Amino acid sequence: MIQIDHVTRRFGRAVAVDDVSLKVDSGESVALWGANGAGKTTLIRCVLGLLRRRGRITIGGHEVRRRGKAARMLVGYVPQELGFYDELRAEEAIRFFARLKGLRRVEGAEELARVGLEGHGRKRIRELSGGMKQRLALAVALLGDPPVLILDEVTASLDAVGREEFVGLLEGLSGAGRTLLFASHRVDEVSALADRVVMLDKGRVAEVLAGGAFVARMRGGAVLHVHIPAEHRDRAMRALRESGFDPRLNGVGLLVPVAHDQKAGPLQALAQSGAPFSDFEVLSPGRAARGKTRNSEATS
Amino acid sequence: MKAAAYPVPALRAPSAVSNTLTIAGRELRDAVRSRWFVLYTLAFAALGLGVSFVSAAGSGGTGLSGFGRTTAGLINLTLLFVPLMALTAGAGSIASDRERGMLAYVFAQPTSPVETLLGKYLGLGAALAACLALGLGACAGALAARGLRTDPSSILWLAGLSVLLAMGMLSVGLLISALARRTSVAVGTAIFVWLALVFVSDLALMAGAVALRLRIEDLFAIALLNPLQVFKMWSLHAADASLDVLGPAGLYASEEFGARLHPIFGASLAAWIVAPLTLAALALSRRSPL
Repeated sequence: MIQIDHVTRRFGRAVAVDDVSLKVDSGESVALWGANGAGKTTLIRCVLGLLRRRGRITIGGHEVRRRGKAARMLVGYVPQELGFYDELRAEEAIRFFARLKGLRRVEGAEELARVGLEGHGRKRIRELSGGMKQRLALAVALLGDPPVLILDEVTASLDAVGREEFVGLLEGLSGAGRTLLFASHRVDEVSALADRVVMLDKGRVAEVLAGGAFVARMRGGAVLHVHIPAEHRDRAMRALRESGFDPRLNGVGLLVPVAHDQKAGPLQALAQSGAPFSDFEVLSPGRAARGKTRNSEATS
Repeated sequence: MKAAAYPVPALRAPSAVSNTLTIAGRELRDAVRSRWFVLYTLAFAALGLGVSFVSAAGSGGTGLSGFGRTTAGLINLTLLFVPLMALTAGAGSIASDRERGMLAYVFAQPTSPVETLLGKYLGLGAALAACLALGLGACAGALAARGLRTDPSSILWLAGLSVLLAMGMLSVGLLISALARRTSVAVGTAIFVWLALVFVSDLALMAGAVALRLRIEDLFAIALLNPLQVFKMWSLHAADASLDVLGPAGLYASEEFGARLHPIFGASLAAWIVAPLTLAALALSRRSPL
């Protein structure tokens, strides 16, 4: 359904996507996995025809550069965060994008109900929460029942509950036989949705794993114990969650489960957020679990 | 691999005309709902009424008919107001969509950059035309209500030429917007262009004429490059005024070109509509919408 052949995209001297080739079969769900800057979003934007690039990309046999409109007719796209026109009502947004997809008779209320937004059609976009806006973007993506969904870190800005609900919606859509290409750096999301995981590193395909193999590898990862002053722990927790990690409070710091090849990820996220840390150690998952038990006992 | 392949819907991509009209409709609705449209319309109508009454009082009861103080006053008001309105409306349009991620999102739909640009142009153009029609209509209505002589053809000429000027300036505003990464930069550039066209170009032309001893035909040719000058000359010409009120260049134009001035002025304003819009289309098609 999606064929990517030797795609390269540069930003000045930096190579964001470097000679990537990838085939996504009809009905398959493929995750693009990698750290920030690995090239996931750039590759997705190339697939949508939003960025000029070297190489060839087709969707449903339509070359994205030459037959972009026909190719995008097959695609529903949900970006990481969307600044819809604030004054527009949810139903108006549905009608506007439906017309752009060539659909004349669309019931806004029905389309919104599909993603759990029943009763919100008259609300202006600025009145919707972040999670509701993402659902609205999903409703727009589903207009015309496109066979392909392309999602770019769609849960990154959602809280834990919103994320769980959104992934649940996506599981249903993927299970119905749609082709899914999505970028994520959340293990739980990839585990739930992906048949295949394409690991990107510095714009290149480093490895391609089956969904099961990915989960097994992630479980065999390590746990980082980062020592953080008490007054900075909330900020550190937020920064880590926003970067796709799942930290837990523990004694003098945080425990952060990480893949075996991404141990520097949490430290980078903390450094970027400005949350100070004084020390860290790498624990095996078993040792971290034992430590957690001891701490729980000590607390109780 | 999971369930059987999802059926491909039997839909055809919407036509360029359909997409353009869809985007134009949304742009027009947004503009009409927005504060800028209401403020510009009220300000233009209020200033127009003020200029009309002050001019009419000074001219002994002549309204908008032929060339008189009222017509001259409204031409000067339009010269200042309309370019500012159209340039800033155009400049804010694409750049703000780019900033909030909406431009990339629209481009990710089955539409093209040219359709988006044309839709925005038509929608904003319709909003500007409505604003001018309301403003000038209020002036004409108020003058007529006071029993001042108002010729419908004069108001129609002025309204038509004002819309043409607005469309040219909107085209320049959209080009600025297509090239700018940030709304603030786009609007700032638009205001700079407005200042250059309204004030600096006149001063530069005068200075150039003296310093370079420009010939009268060169002065007229240079004046044709400024859409505001073209609007001024064309409005006077349409009001049956002699262009010698503009000095030697106007006199030269009247004598040399006579009735051919209408197509000359028309071609100049048309070029100000088509050229920036074409460049904006190229910029949008080649540059990333992000």
